Amino acid sequence: MLHLVLFSIFAVICVAGAVNLLVQRHPINSALSLVVVMGSLAAEYLLLGAEFVAAVQVIVYAGAVMVLFVFVIMLLNAGEEERTRGSRVALLLGIPGMIIGSVLMAWVLLEHSGTPSVEAGALPGPPKTIGWLLFHDYLLPFEVTSVLVLIAIMGAVVLAARPESAKGTREV
Amino acid sequence: MVPLSYYLVLGGILFACGVTGFLIKRNIITIFMSIELMLNGVNLSFVAFAAQWKALSGQVFVFFVMVVAAAEAAVGLAIIIAVYRTRETLNVDQVNLLKL
Repeated sequence: MLHLVLFSIFAVICVAGAVNLLVQRHPINSALSLVVVMGSLAAEYLLLGAEFVAAVQVIVYAGAVMVLFVFVIMLLNAGEEERTRGSRVALLLGIPGMIIGSVLMAWVLLEHSGTPSVEAGALPGPPKTIGWLLFHDYLLPFEVTSVLVLIAIMGAVVLAARPESAKGTREV
Repeated sequence: MVPLSYYLVLGGILFACGVTGFLIKRNIITIFMSIELMLNGVNLSFVAFAAQWKALSGQVFVFFVMVVAAAEAAVGLAIIIAVYRTRETLNVDQVNLLKL
């Protein structure tokens, strides 16, 4: 019972943050509501027992990635976005189609998927076990990901560096 | 005891919000944040299924998804900075160099 109550509280916070991300017009407000979504998702992971994933979610997602986003928003001095008029086809067909599709999907999942209940802390994922899995069963993917991160760092430096031609003009 | 489908529906709602934001937003940074929201919805389904099948591989996959998302955020924001430097705008309607 307590599990259901906690799940509902954090699910409501999560969905509210996601909807707020769509409603807000200033990107900094969207970024902060995304932090709320990620924080409450970390709580949902904890409810499922995935403690390592919850910690990484807070540190990497809500911490590092979102700081990067907020940093770029402030660096580029992003203002409120201007609204453009949506297409009429999207209003007439898209929104009813989306509502029908999502209600159908939720109905199938809730009533006819036949999935069992999950108790609180169903599958504990302590850092020790996850680390063992990472360095034994998933060693190759782990190393490939490290190469990917290295390439991403180099790509970010190359892309964000000022082009050679503009360097001379800015120096005063 | 919470039915597994509740977690899946929550993940689906987050993914749908991400898709909607991707389609209706005009600011390139907000569009990028919608992509992160979609990834988060998928991650929740991963952890929920891992709990159902008692397989820790699901949680390891979430770890990999997070690493790829972090790398993607670094490169994507660098691209946004490069776009802003050349076009002086964050509005995707005005970034139409490849449009016919």
